[in-house]
Amino acid sequence: MTAGPPSGTEVRRDGLHRVAPGRDALIGSRGGRRPGRGGEVVPPAEFRSYYGRAVIKPPVWKAHNIAGYLFLGGAAGGATLLAAGADLTGRPDMRRAARLVSAGATGLSLAVLIADLGKPERFVHMLRVVKPTSPMSIGTWLLSGLSPLVAVAALDEVSGLLPRRWADLVGRLARPSRLAATAIAPAVTTYTGALIANTAVPAWHGAYRELPYLFGASALAAAGGLVAAASPTSEAAPARIAGIAGSVAAQLLDRAVHRRLGMLAEPLTKGRSGRLLRASRWCAGAGIALLTASAVRRSRTLGVAGGLALAAESALTKFGYFHAGTASAADPKYTVVPQREHAPATPA
Amino acid sequence: MTDNLLEGREDPARDSGYPQPPPRMGFFTDTSVCIGCKACEVACKEWNLIPDDGLSLLGMSYDNTGMLGADTWRHVAFIEQDRPLGRQNNAVALMPVGPSSAARNAQVVAAGLGDQHGARLGSETGATRLGPSPDGGPAQPVTADGRTELRWLMASDVCKHCTHAACLDVCPTGSLFRTEFGTVVVQEDICNGCGYCVPACPYGVIDQRKDDGRVWKCTLCYDRLSVGQEPACSKACPTDSIQFGPVDELRERAAHRVEQLHDAGVVEARLYGADPDDGVGGTGAFFLLLDEPEVYGFPPDPVVTTRDLPAMWRHAVIAAVGVAATALAAFAGARR
Repeated sequence: MTAGPPSGTEVRRDGLHRVAPGRDALIGSRGGRRPGRGGEVVPPAEFRSYYGRAVIKPPVWKAHNIAGYLFLGGAAGGATLLAAGADLTGRPDMRRAARLVSAGATGLSLAVLIADLGKPERFVHMLRVVKPTSPMSIGTWLLSGLSPLVAVAALDEVSGLLPRRWADLVGRLARPSRLAATAIAPAVTTYTGALIANTAVPAWHGAYRELPYLFGASALAAAGGLVAAASPTSEAAPARIAGIAGSVAAQLLDRAVHRRLGMLAEPLTKGRSGRLLRASRWCAGAGIALLTASAVRRSRTLGVAGGLALAAESALTKFGYFHAGTASAADPKYTVVPQREHAPATPA
Repeated sequence: MTDNLLEGREDPARDSGYPQPPPRMGFFTDTSVCIGCKACEVACKEWNLIPDDGLSLLGMSYDNTGMLGADTWRHVAFIEQDRPLGRQNNAVALMPVGPSSAARNAQVVAAGLGDQHGARLGSETGATRLGPSPDGGPAQPVTADGRTELRWLMASDVCKHCTHAACLDVCPTGSLFRTEFGTVVVQEDICNGCGYCVPACPYGVIDQRKDDGRVWKCTLCYDRLSVGQEPACSKACPTDSIQFGPVDELRERAAHRVEQLHDAGVVEARLYGADPDDGVGGTGAFFLLLDEPEVYGFPPDPVVTTRDLPAMWRHAVIAAVGVAATALAAFAGARR
């Protein structure tokens, strides 16, 4: 090797200059060892990694914000649907309860989402583009569309408290906004499944076929539970049915995810997410039993307890899946082992 | 516009709407000639004015950087292995305990540190006089002449500038964009800190800066490229382990280099990210590795998550219809 220039090759528009001398050094070519003998005595472990470090970055989202939103957004969408149904079938008390739940949950959803950005004024950047490749962009537009509509619906319920002019305006807007909100609401309950599945997080991406259904079902459980808890027993039958149906479907879909994921389901059964999901199963059972009992005995107390149990089931499911995703991203095993199964063949 | 934007072989710049883009630019990182000097890390930090990422001793060989992040756009990995490099017998003679990756070495270091072992970290432990191996013998494994074998893998990691970049696809603000050079860059005045790109990246490259919430990553020195200069890291690399140029040309050169190394007896040499048919459509920054990718902290077979996005949307729409139908059925089934 000659004494070369201090730096490496220069790449300029007119080509290479001062090509570094060691550029094509034939490492390992000296000496007489036969190729391919190998020196590893210890057999390779089940999987290899760089000092046990994570390959991908776990989500930086705060659980109480984003898992909280997965729950609140679902409850908001589901309650909007129940409000429309209650309106059409002449259940004024249930309608009021559902509209207030939907407006409250939508408002809280926006609050936690904006809080997670760190600086609230940055939220407006979300509205620069409409991007179908980003479920978060589509979701932002869905939620931005839903919030004024459910706000008008909720104001219509409390129009007695508004000044006359405002009450008239809200009254005129109530019907069109109710229709528009009902059209948007179902998508709000399920797109969150696509949102978290559309990442490299092994446990989330692996379950992309089931997550939208699971989150939609869980949203119905939450909305049905909350509306059933907030409505008189005589009117709440549809909320109870929707809540119980959603809860049963969510538990079945949870089992389906476990089967699909195989080894990747480990984070769903271990640690914090395992505890959360086990608790959600208990809440589902308790909620279904209590709501059924409340219907039979016409008991408001049982209805409130059962409804809240179903809402808790939904929240626990969403937090459980959130933490399982984070855990699966933080351990290189869940990235390396499944990819290794279909990785290109290794030379040597 | 084509209908396979989310996968397949594409020219990313032309696909993003540049009518006459310059050739796609990228890096070929030939780890076989990397000497672990970290000049790339330093040059990157200096040119891009990246804040410090803490002075920490990680106990991972000479790597105290750890991994790529918001404040680390180049990261040099160090891997010590008990195996020879090609035909070379670079055994460690006269070393009492063998390379630092050997279990024996850990025992001897632990004995030297005494009771303090594990209680204090890094430089706090001060100088330690290592005694001979506990049982007096040399470390295993040994060659016929009683010496241990050792090779040292060093690799400078960087953003891969994927053909199909998940971070860019999922960004809800349009802050991440494709440059005319086919690279992927964050516009810091647009990023709003939503954090979606962080778990979307299959390589764990892009990361959030904790104090401002926005995300940062390698720009392939977009500012330097725009005026015909090469990126700071490749400019600083003294061995040309990091080579910069048009991706087509780099791929040709890399294929030739692998052949050359195979002929030299380094049969484990392989390219990583150079195949345009892989899960991300090939990367703009690709590597020549001397072991499996996961040993360097790379995913063995990364796939851009948005490949499955059409199916996800389909499921989300069907599920939404199902939710609406269930609600409808609940009202139909409820008797007053």
